[in-house]
Amino acid sequence: MTEPLQKMEAASKLLELKNIDLSFGGVKAISNISFDVMEGEVRAIIGPNGAGKSSMLNVINGFYHPQQGEIWFDGKQRRSMKPYQIAYQGISRTFQNIALFKGMSVLDNIMTGRFTHMRKNMLWQALWKGPAEQEEIENREFVEDIIDFLEIQAIRKTPVGRLPYGLQKRVELGRALAAQPKMLLLDEPMAGMNVEEKEDMCRFILDVNDTFGTTIVLIEHDMGVVMDIADRVVVLDYGRKIGDGTPDVVRNDQTVIDAYLGVSH
Amino acid sequence: MSADFLYLVEVILNGLMAGVMYSLVALGFVLIFKASGIFNYAQGVMALFAALTLVGIQTGQVPFAHLINAIFGTNVHHFGWQVPTVLAIALTVGVMVLFAIIVERYILHHLVNQEPIILFMATIGLAYFMEGFGDIMWGSQIKTMDVGLPSGGSLWLEEYTQGWAAEGERYYGMYLDKLDMVASLVAIVLVVSLTIFSQYTTTGRALRAVADDHQAALSVGISLRTIWVIVWSIAGFVALVAGIMWGAKSGVQFSLSLIALKALPVLMLGGFTSIPGAIIGGLIIGVGEKLFEYAIGPLIGGATENWFAYVLALMFLVFRPQGLFGEKIIERV
Amino acid sequence: MFYRESGDFKKTYQKDSQTFPIKFDRMRYYFVLAVAFLVIPMFLTDYMANAVMIPFLVWAIAALGLNILVGYTGQLSLGTGGFMAVGAYATYKLMTAFPGMDMVTVILLSGLITAFVGAMFGLPSLRIKGFYLAVATLASQFFLVWLLNKVPWFYNNSASGQISAPEREMFGVIITGPHATPVAAYLFCLVFAVALAWLARNLTRGRLGRSWMAIRDMDIAAEIIGVNPLMAKLSAFAVSSFFIGIAGSLFFSVYLGAAEVTEAFGITVSFAVLFMIIIGGLGSIFGSFVGAAFMVLMPVLLKNVLVGGMGWPTDLAAHFEYIIVGGLIIIFLIVEPHGLAQMARVLKEKLRLWPFPH
Repeated sequence: MTEPLQKMEAASKLLELKNIDLSFGGVKAISNISFDVMEGEVRAIIGPNGAGKSSMLNVINGFYHPQQGEIWFDGKQRRSMKPYQIAYQGISRTFQNIALFKGMSVLDNIMTGRFTHMRKNMLWQALWKGPAEQEEIENREFVEDIIDFLEIQAIRKTPVGRLPYGLQKRVELGRALAAQPKMLLLDEPMAGMNVEEKEDMCRFILDVNDTFGTTIVLIEHDMGVVMDIADRVVVLDYGRKIGDGTPDVVRNDQTVIDAYLGVSH
Repeated sequence: MSADFLYLVEVILNGLMAGVMYSLVALGFVLIFKASGIFNYAQGVMALFAALTLVGIQTGQVPFAHLINAIFGTNVHHFGWQVPTVLAIALTVGVMVLFAIIVERYILHHLVNQEPIILFMATIGLAYFMEGFGDIMWGSQIKTMDVGLPSGGSLWLEEYTQGWAAEGERYYGMYLDKLDMVASLVAIVLVVSLTIFSQYTTTGRALRAVADDHQAALSVGISLRTIWVIVWSIAGFVALVAGIMWGAKSGVQFSLSLIALKALPVLMLGGFTSIPGAIIGGLIIGVGEKLFEYAIGPLIGGATENWFAYVLALMFLVFRPQGLFGEKIIERV
Repeated sequence: MFYRESGDFKKTYQKDSQTFPIKFDRMRYYFVLAVAFLVIPMFLTDYMANAVMIPFLVWAIAALGLNILVGYTGQLSLGTGGFMAVGAYATYKLMTAFPGMDMVTVILLSGLITAFVGAMFGLPSLRIKGFYLAVATLASQFFLVWLLNKVPWFYNNSASGQISAPEREMFGVIITGPHATPVAAYLFCLVFAVALAWLARNLTRGRLGRSWMAIRDMDIAAEIIGVNPLMAKLSAFAVSSFFIGIAGSLFFSVYLGAAEVTEAFGITVSFAVLFMIIIGGLGSIFGSFVGAAFMVLMPVLLKNVLVGGMGWPTDLAAHFEYIIVGGLIIIFLIVEPHGLAQMARVLKEKLRLWPFPH
C-alpha cells in the first residue's frame, strides 16, 4: 500500500470540505466535518447506518446546502449551487437506490449522461438534419465506447426497467461516466450484489480510475471491498468524523473499532 | 350600522355557506385520497349519480326507460308509485355501496401499484362512464330534488335584521337561504361523525393505518380490498349528501358534476389529506370568491367566480405547495 | 417473411437511429403519405372532409402538443382548451389586423404567441407537481376562457361575442371562410400535421427530448446529469403550447370558421385531448394520431350505427359515447397503460419474429 501514497503526494487536492455543518430542522446530520479528496484517488466514506454518509454526498453534489463550512472544488471556493450547475463543473454520481430513467432504453439513458457536452439549441434540434444530427452521432460514438467498456452491448436497446438489478447498477455507472466527470460519487455501488457482481463492479471502478484518471468517492458497507480498492478512507459516526487515513491506519484505529463493534460500558 | 356594512356581512355569510357546499364535495376527495392515495376525479359525478338515483327511486322512475323504449319501442317511464324519502335514501346508500364494490373489483383491484397519475386518469374515465350511465339509467332532463328540506330566504332573519341599519337608510334585512343553513348544519354533523368514526372505531383505525402505509397495514392483517370498499362507500355516502344539498339548491342536472372542479382548488388550499383542511379551504374559497366578485368583479366585467378559486389556489400553491393543513412534502434524495 | 431486419445491417449510427429502422415500415410510411396527399384529395367528399379528415388532423396536432407535455415530460395538463383558445384568438386578431398577411405566417405566429402564454402558465410547474399541477393548469383553462370572453378587444367588439374567420386564400385557392373548398382546407391542415409530426419527432429524439423524458422518469437524477428542471419544463410547456396553439388556430380558421370561446374551447376540449393521448399512447407520436383518429371516428360511427342504423334518439347515442369513452379509458389503463401505440409495437415485435414465438 505504498504506491497509492506516492500517487497522492504528487497530486493536488480536487475537493476540500472545511468544517461542514448540516442540520434538518433541529436534527444535526453532519457536524463540523472536514476532509479532502486528492485528484485521481479512490476515497471511501464508511460508517454505520445513519452516520451521515449519504448526506455528505448530497452536500458535495448540491442537493443539500450546509449551514456552515466551505467547499473547495478544483482550486476554487464553491458558491451555493444547484445540482445541475454542479454537473457542469464535472461531478456526477450514482444513487443508493437506482435512479435510472425507467421509460428509456439503456442507450438513451447513457446518452442523457452526455447532456452537459451537447450544445446545439432547440432550432437545430427541430431541424435535426445537419449540426444536431452530427453532434448526436459524435456523442453516440463516445457512448458506444462506454457501452463496450461496461460490456453491455447486447442490451443497449432494452428498456432499463426490464433489466436485472446488477445490470441496472452498471447502466447507472455508465450514465455517470458518460458525463466524463472529474469526480465520480458512488453511493453504495455494490449494495445487494452477489460476490461475482461485486467483483465485476470493483473491476469497473478500478478501471475507470486507472483509464480515465477519474477521482472516485464511494460509500460502501462491504469492508473487504473498501479495504481493497480505496486509497484513503474517511470514517463517520453520528455525523462526526472519527477516522481518516489509509485503510491500514483506519483498520487499527481504536475509535473506529469501538464505533463498529460497540464499547462495553 | 350602515347598510353597506350589513351588506358586506351578508356577502361574507353567503360566501361561508357556499364554501360549506364546496367542502361537502371536497370531503369525499379527501377520504379517498387519504385511504388509497387516489385522486378521485369522479367524486363530483358520484354526487350527481347519487342525486339522480335518489330522485329516480323516490319518484318511482323505471331505470333505463329511455333505452328500453328505444330498443323495444315501448313507452315506459314511471312505475307509478312514490317511495318515502327515508326508504329512498336508504336504497340509494345501498346503490352507492354496490357501486363501491364494483369499482373496487373491476377497476382498483386491477390498478394496484400503478402510478398515481394513471389512477387519476382512470377516475376521469370512471367519471365519464358514470355520467353516461347515470343519464341512460335515469334520463338527462333536469329534475327537482324534494326531500323535505326547507328552501327560500329566512323571513325571520330578514325581519330581525331590518332594524340594524342606521336611521333613514333603505335596508330590507339580511337574506340568507334556509337551505344553506341546513347544509351547514349537516356538514358539521358529517365532519364530527366522520372524525369520531375514524378516531374511535376499529374500522376507523384500520382506515388510518392503510392511509399511513399500505404494506404495513397488510402485514398486520388488514384487508386492503375491504378497506377500499368501505372508503368508497363512505365517499359515496358523502357524495349523496352533497348531491342532495346541491340538487335541492339548483336542481339535479349535468352541471352538478362540474362542482367537482370547484372542489379541486378547495383541496389545493386545504391539502389533500386533511378533513378540517377541506372545510376551511372551502370556506376560504367561498368567502374569497364572493368578496372578490363583490369588490372587484364589477370593475373587470364580472363572472370572476369562474376562475377566482383556481387562480387563488395557484398563487397559494406556489408559496405553500402542501396546502394549509396538508402534511409537509419532504423530498428525500 | 416480409417484416425482417436480418440482412439489413446498420453500418452507421445515423442509419441505426433512423425513425423507421425496418424497410417495410419505411415503405409503408411513404405509402401512407402518398395516399394522404394524392389519393384522398381525389375522393374527398364535403362530409368526409368536414366530419372526419379535417377534425382528425387538427386534433392530431393538439394531441401531439399535449403528448409532448404529458407523455414525454410527465407534466399533467388540463389547460389544453384554454391554450387552443389563445391560438384561435391570436389568429383572429392577426387576420383582422393584418389582412395582407398570408395564412402560414398567421398560424405560425399564433403558435408562437400561444407558446409564450403556455410558458407563462408553466412557471408554477417548478414548484408544484402531479395533481397539484393538473389543478393549477385548470386555472389557466378557466382564466384564459374568461379573459377572452370578457375583454371585447379580443373579439373586436362584435355584438355576439363570436369570432369568425375572414376569407383567405393560398395559391389562389380559398382555404378559410364560408366559401373554402374542403380539399384545399384538408391539404392545408395535412401539411401542418405532417410538418409538426416531423418536428415533434426531431425534438423528442435528441438532447431536448431526452431531458424531457429524464424529468418525467426521475427529476432528481435528471438534475445531477445537468438538466435544469426549470428550463426543461418551460421548454416543454412552450413547445407543447406552440403545437396546441396551431391546432386551435386551424380549428377556428379552417374547421369551425366561427367560434365562441366558452363553447368551442371549454374544459371538455381539455379532457378530449387528454383522452386521445391516453388511448393512443403516452409518449408516442404515432399514438397521438391514432388517439385523435379514434376520438373523431368513434362518435361518427356510433351515430351512424345507433341513430342511423338502429333508429335510436341522438341523445341516447351521445350518452353511450360517454360510457364507451369512459369505459375504454379504464380498460386501456388496466390492460395497456401505453395505449394503442404500444399494442402496435408489441404486434410489430411479434411480426418480426414470426413464425417463431421467440
